[in-house]
Amino acid sequence: MKVFQKTKMLTDAHLHYCPGCTHGIVHRLVAESIEELGLQEKSIGIAPVGCAVFAYDYFNCDMQEAAHGRAPAVATGIKRCLPDRLVFVYQGDGDLASIGMAETVHAAARGEKITIIFINNSIYGMTGGQMAPTTLIGQKATTCQNGRDPAVNGYPIRVCELLATLDAPYYIERVSTHDVKHVLAAKKAIKKALQFQAEGRGYTFVEVLVSCPTNWHMRPVDALRFMGEECTKTFPLGVFRDKSEGKQ
Amino acid sequence: MAGITVDEKICKGCGLCANACPKKVISISEHRMNQNGYFIAEAVNPQNCIGCAFCAIMCPDCAIVVER
Ligand SMILES: Cc1ncc(C[n+]2csc(CCOP(=O)(O)OP(=O)(O)O)c2C)c(N)n1
Ligand code: SF4
Ligand code: SF4
Ligand code: SF4
Ligand SMILES: [Mg+2]
Repeated sequence: MKVFQKTKMLTDAHLHYCPGCTHGIVHRLVAESIEELGLQEKSIGIAPVGCAVFAYDYFNCDMQEAAHGRAPAVATGIKRCLPDRLVFVYQGDGDLASIGMAETVHAAARGEKITIIFINNSIYGMTGGQMAPTTLIGQKATTCQNGRDPAVNGYPIRVCELLATLDAPYYIERVSTHDVKHVLAAKKAIKKALQFQAEGRGYTFVEVLVSCPTNWHMRPVDALRFMGEECTKTFPLGVFRDKSEGKQ
Repeated sequence: MAGITVDEKICKGCGLCANACPKKVISISEHRMNQNGYFIAEAVNPQNCIGCAFCAIMCPDCAIVVER
């Protein structure tokens, strides 16, 4: 008996991501969650600008590409016109927290009934490894070659914590993909967020720590270790809002 | 009997599966390459597989099917 095989919510297309990039794991978790919730026919995904720009080729449901950073605004329009659909947004940290920060904060503040999957890999992956708002202190990038220096480059932005200052969001959690245990926990969080949306409860946001072995200049396995040891220090995992459990 | 099948066409040889396997079933080949030029994951100790699917859970490319 098959105990693990690829979900039908993903197409047969081969992912273009670099070897060991955990963007692929998150694609699978989102797709499996939608399949398990039985919402494949009702789902509409919004793809970002960034390495996940081809996400529309990978998810087996209706997909819409958005201009850089504007995915939450596009999702707002779609969800308001088609409130019975499950609308999910997949965005990187450059897309969501740099150019798209305004859209991110205002969609959250309005409490749009959408689900944001936020891929935090501490870097601009697609464009060759520039510093992101989430680059760690001391982490090297092409635009901070000696490592991020707060005096010059400022500090990393913790998006979950920032959004948790707003009243409207229903659910905010940060998870990681650096080992089996954390991938299983990430799946739970993503499925919960999508289910809350399907129940019409409100804005849901899941930040997922992801590796970028290519631009971190690490072997894929070392990149996972770096996430577990370093990224989780700057970006502590946990639930920042869950109105279903009274966590405000 | 538990076992895995790796889709060699889509494997990228990243090694996340081998790293996650508690039974050291998988190893990245040092000489077998696929058409994309990646050295591929192979079940070198298939008899030790317990079907836990840890390898598949960590595979970013959904290249592994697990049977039990
Ligand atoms: C308006 C505009 N400005 C800049 C760019 C260049 N650009 C493409 S992707 C990207 C950032 C991608 O980083 P991120 O969102 O973190 O995604 P990742 O590739 O790391 O997954 C930038 C700046 C663009 N495509 N459009
Ligand atoms: S550049 Fe980084 S984020 Fe983009 S596919 Fe490669 S490893 Fe993944
Ligand atoms: S995790 Fe997947 S892609 Fe990476 S080596 Fe193993 S089977 Fe190949
Ligand atoms: S199913 Fe478990 S024991 Fe078998 S190869 Fe995969 S990780 Fe190893
Ligand atoms: Mg990024």
